[in-house]
Amino acid sequence: MWDSTTINMILEGIVGTVYMSIVSTFFGYVLGLPMGVLLTISDKDGLRPNRALYKVLDATSNVVRSIPFVILLILLIPFTRLVVGKSYGTSATIVPLVICAAPYIARMVESSLKEVDDGVIEAAKAMGASNIQIVFKVLLVEARTSLITNATIALGTVLGYSAMAGTVGGGGLGDIAVRYGYYRYQLDIMIVTVILLIVLFQIFQNTGMFIARKLNHKI
Amino acid sequence: MSELLKVTHLHKEFGPNVVLKDINLSVKKGEVVVIIGPSGCGKSTFLRCLNGLEEIQSGVITVDGLPVEAGKRDITKLRQKIGMVFQSYELFPHKTVLENIILAPTKVQKRTREDAVKEALELLDKVDLVDKKDYYPRQLSGGQKQRVAIVRALLMHPEVILFDEVTAALDPEMVHEVLETMLALAKAGSTMLIVTHEMEFAKAIADRIIFLDKGDIVEETEDVKGFFAEPETERAKKFLKTFAYE
Repeated sequence: MWDSTTINMILEGIVGTVYMSIVSTFFGYVLGLPMGVLLTISDKDGLRPNRALYKVLDATSNVVRSIPFVILLILLIPFTRLVVGKSYGTSATIVPLVICAAPYIARMVESSLKEVDDGVIEAAKAMGASNIQIVFKVLLVEARTSLITNATIALGTVLGYSAMAGTVGGGGLGDIAVRYGYYRYQLDIMIVTVILLIVLFQIFQNTGMFIARKLNHKI
Repeated sequence: MSELLKVTHLHKEFGPNVVLKDINLSVKKGEVVVIIGPSGCGKSTFLRCLNGLEEIQSGVITVDGLPVEAGKRDITKLRQKIGMVFQSYELFPHKTVLENIILAPTKVQKRTREDAVKEALELLDKVDLVDKKDYYPRQLSGGQKQRVAIVRALLMHPEVILFDEVTAALDPEMVHEVLETMLALAKAGSTMLIVTHEMEFAKAIADRIIFLDKGDIVEETEDVKGFFAEPETERAKKFLKTFAYE
């Protein structure tokens, strides 16, 4: 049973999972990072309070986060087809993963940026820094340890969600686990994929934490 | 000497609380003005109004003839003329001493890195901290951090520097090194507005004393020694008494 076809399939599964997780997290940040920055600065104690903008972003983020991922996968099928051309496989799974991850990422970015000491922001203001300079030179720089720690959590969560997408033909290790372990009762293949998922998760987690520690000069 | 900073009819309130009422003040170039008064009298708030960190409800503040208006776009230009040093230093924790100091000159004032570094090192040398240039703030003592914060303000070449209880968070032996640095600045002709609880220091550095109580200038005098020996108002007398032990 462990012939080269199976091994190749599992190897492809690993590549698929890593690809989905990293690309989805990346695009999750492309959307979520600016959204988190805007949430932070438009909040009532932010650099440029804007109630309307905050409300809109806040509501968007809450609505998307409250939709279960499996439902989001199905709801987004037409949109996914539009973007990728098909609704199954690893590339297609990236679309709902990004949509699902972005509002979580925005919230995490918001909480990271709010950890930056108000006094330091005031010092920057007192030196004549503009809001844009404060965002790029102070907020994002001073919050970097927390941002990286959260990015690690995001990557791990996206990895888990990508496996969930296996239930609807999402590709990657999760897909293999569902098809072989669940539908064909091949327990050994399922166990192998689960172990591989755990190993991948650990690698992501340790790398992220290592980088975060390296960048921390506060403690 | 020319007038650098002018405050007319400044009125500031936080909700229902009036913090500063009808403050008028004029500071000349090179003058050292020390503001003293009981806690909660509005001293720090007053300083923070001067560079637009606090919005004011009415009145006019001008620096170099230009109005300070919180929330306006031009405020960033004005703030570059007004240095500020804070009680809790407010150094950027993820930046080294040198990076802390040159950040605003290079990013806000767009000076070249070489130019900013060169001057930063000269100024650090004056406060005996050149060897600490690559340290992070957490590796420094409170007194060292505050001297770095002062250098950081100086490198912007401000017209006036505001000191907001800069020694209040320091251990006694570190207070001295910071105050020495400020005395040297005053001798070099810097225009300074200082809020402090160090009365001996106030006596030594001030050209003018302002005694603030309940948001009001109660006493203002250029006879600094006279003020500390025998203030004119009862409130100032009572305040100064709290620093004496018999």
